[in-house]
Amino acid sequence: MTDQYIDGNMLAGPLREIFAVDLSAASEQCATCGSTRPFAALRVYSHAPGLVARCPDCEEVVLRLVRTPTSGWLDLRGAVFLRVPLPALAPPVL
Amino acid sequence: MAMWHVAHLVQRRRETATACTLVLAVDDWPGHVPGQHVDVRLTAPDGYQAERSYSISSAPDGNTVELTVQRVPDGEVSPYLIDVFSVGDPVEIRGPVGGWFVWRPTEPAPVLLVAGGSGIAPLMAMVRARRATGSGVPFRLIYSVRTDRDVYFADELRHRAADDQGLEISYVYTRQAPDGWPGQPHRIGPEDIRERGWPPEREPQCFVCGPTGLVEAVADSLVAVGHDAQRVKTERFGPTGG
Ligand SMILES: Cc1cc2nc3c(=O)[nH]c(=O)nc-3n(C[C@H](O)[C@H](O)[C@H](O)COP(=O)(O)OP(=O)(O)OC[C@H]3O[C@@H](n4cnc5c(N)ncnc54)[C@H](O)[C@@H]3O)c2cc1C
Ligand SMILES: [Zn+2]
Repeated sequence: MTDQYIDGNMLAGPLREIFAVDLSAASEQCATCGSTRPFAALRVYSHAPGLVARCPDCEEVVLRLVRTPTSGWLDLRGAVFLRVPLPALAPPVL
Repeated sequence: MAMWHVAHLVQRRRETATACTLVLAVDDWPGHVPGQHVDVRLTAPDGYQAERSYSISSAPDGNTVELTVQRVPDGEVSPYLIDVFSVGDPVEIRGPVGGWFVWRPTEPAPVLLVAGGSGIAPLMAMVRARRATGSGVPFRLIYSVRTDRDVYFADELRHRAADDQGLEISYVYTRQAPDGWPGQPHRIGPEDIRERGWPPEREPQCFVCGPTGLVEAVADSLVAVGHDAQRVKTERFGPTGG
């Protein structure tokens, strides 16, 4: 049997508890292999303690999220950056 | 946090022997985009909580949200939602969430939807929203089911195939095909994608949803047939149910 995982899409809800934006529309760069992809395309293993998201190219851990009764613990060391779509900046008022 | 809403069950519709649609009324529902999901949270009297994701199967419609749930026999949450959760009962939902696996009626590209089993849920929201917005975007839906008794939304899909101009629906049977269906039962593969999908030159948006095994196989087939992986969006529901 192959490993059981689901899409990064499912991180959208848990991460909204921490961030104000929808990270499933964001992209990330993997710190291990340098590949860049939509957050939603990560592989999420949800039966570890907490949630573990791995890079589909090199299978290294990009993100871990553990929710305790009083806090959220987010480890993002496997990501170089997150790029988040934001509304266009308003033109400067002259 | 404000993202959690209290929803009440107002109606339950049976889809198949192992699945039903829950119609929920949600106060202050902000609306959703077809393809988004919610997280459902159950709390036991002793405080134990279980959380699972469910796609929204309805088109955006006021304060109502529909979830279509398949029973996973030894599961914790799905049997509760199907057997125990009753009209009038509350449940907590977080969402809508997910900004990637979504179809916006303003996008002009043709659409290919590929569903396995309960994976029809978010794709049905897209089919319904297409109709509700009067969109003329051409849609093709390939729906993999075990037998014709396992088709969700069977009556509605029959009507839509006849009435919704530009919507084509085809089925792939994995266990038992109905009389008159050309071909043998099989798992969906590159041939089905080539014959019933769009040619890659049309640059369709492809949405694939269902058990992880089916999603992998279909996503690989789409790329093998020549579709750009960037235009293939997937939603994996978890282990393949056999
Ligand atoms: C973004 C997203 C959207 C989803 N949308 C829907 C939806 O619209 N409708 C729907 O019915 N489900 C959907 N799912 C799956 C759903 O979240 C649950 O995983 C499913 O209902 C099983 O939960 P459970 O508590 O009953 O089973 P669990 O207690 O979690 O699992 C019990 C056993 O069943 C296995 N199992 C878990 N999930 C599945 C599965 N899906 N199929 C077969 N075996 C499984 C497990 O490995 C375990 O052995 C979605 C999942 C995701 C990530
Ligand atoms: Zn990597």
